[in-house]
Amino acid sequence: MIAGISIYEIFTVTSILFFIGIYGFITRKNLISVLISIELILNASVVNFVVINKYLYPDMLQGVIFSIFIIAVAAAETALAVSIIINLYRQISSVEVKDTEIMKY
Amino acid sequence: MEKYIFYILSAIIIVFALASVSSRKMLRSVIYLLFVLCGIAGIYFLIDYNFLAAIQLTVYAGGIVVLIIFSVLLVHHIEMELEMVKMPRKILTVLLCVLGLGVFLYTIYNNDFNVVENYITTNTSDIGTKLLSYDSGGFILPFEVISLLLLASMIGAIVIAKGRKLNDKNNG
Repeated sequence: MIAGISIYEIFTVTSILFFIGIYGFITRKNLISVLISIELILNASVVNFVVINKYLYPDMLQGVIFSIFIIAVAAAETALAVSIIINLYRQISSVEVKDTEIMKY
Repeated sequence: MEKYIFYILSAIIIVFALASVSSRKMLRSVIYLLFVLCGIAGIYFLIDYNFLAAIQLTVYAGGIVVLIIFSVLLVHHIEMELEMVKMPRKILTVLLCVLGLGVFLYTIYNNDFNVVENYITTNTSDIGTKLLSYDSGGFILPFEVISLLLLASMIGAIVIAKGRKLNDKNNG
């Protein structure tokens, strides 16, 4: 644990990060920006997992392992999302959310 | 000392996260995201999870950010500015977020966590043993499932990004 820093302060930082992500998710109109906001939200939750593991149950490793899984899932999700965005741009020449109204053909 | 490093890191994280969701240039917003991710890796270093910090730097900063930059370069003109939402909606969203943050912080500060004072250092071999053990509490099955998921999503990404050509033969 970090000397002199209580668990509350770290939770404050991660909560702020989480809500910045939600703010971006709602207000941005571009698919890639939405993806960036999702990364922020995921990162905030990963930090929470790790911090709870370190501060409350220091002799266990579950939090660390779950955060490794979350990072792996985030990587897979980003790769898929980027490929979908590129394909969408090829079909309708735009990556704005409002132009995305068809799912197939 | 560590205290001040933590404050500096959290300031970096919050400022750059705000910049990342409010910048009007696409590429800059991605670079600000990179700073946020590096700051989070710094927090992992501070609480002595070196392996996790290395994963964060390689997978996020090395992989995901590069992927997003690729897609930005393929899809956008660099000088193009994003359109923003209208002011009333922005204010409404800010209010909602502050409200949610208030609820979160109220709950967090009213809960007392029984924090264990400790300075244990976790080394990588512990994590590896735990990941690959098949005793009770081991994580071998999720580990295999996650590797399958990565493989499947990579194949799916290739198929989707390749796009038209695969099924265009019928249409000529």
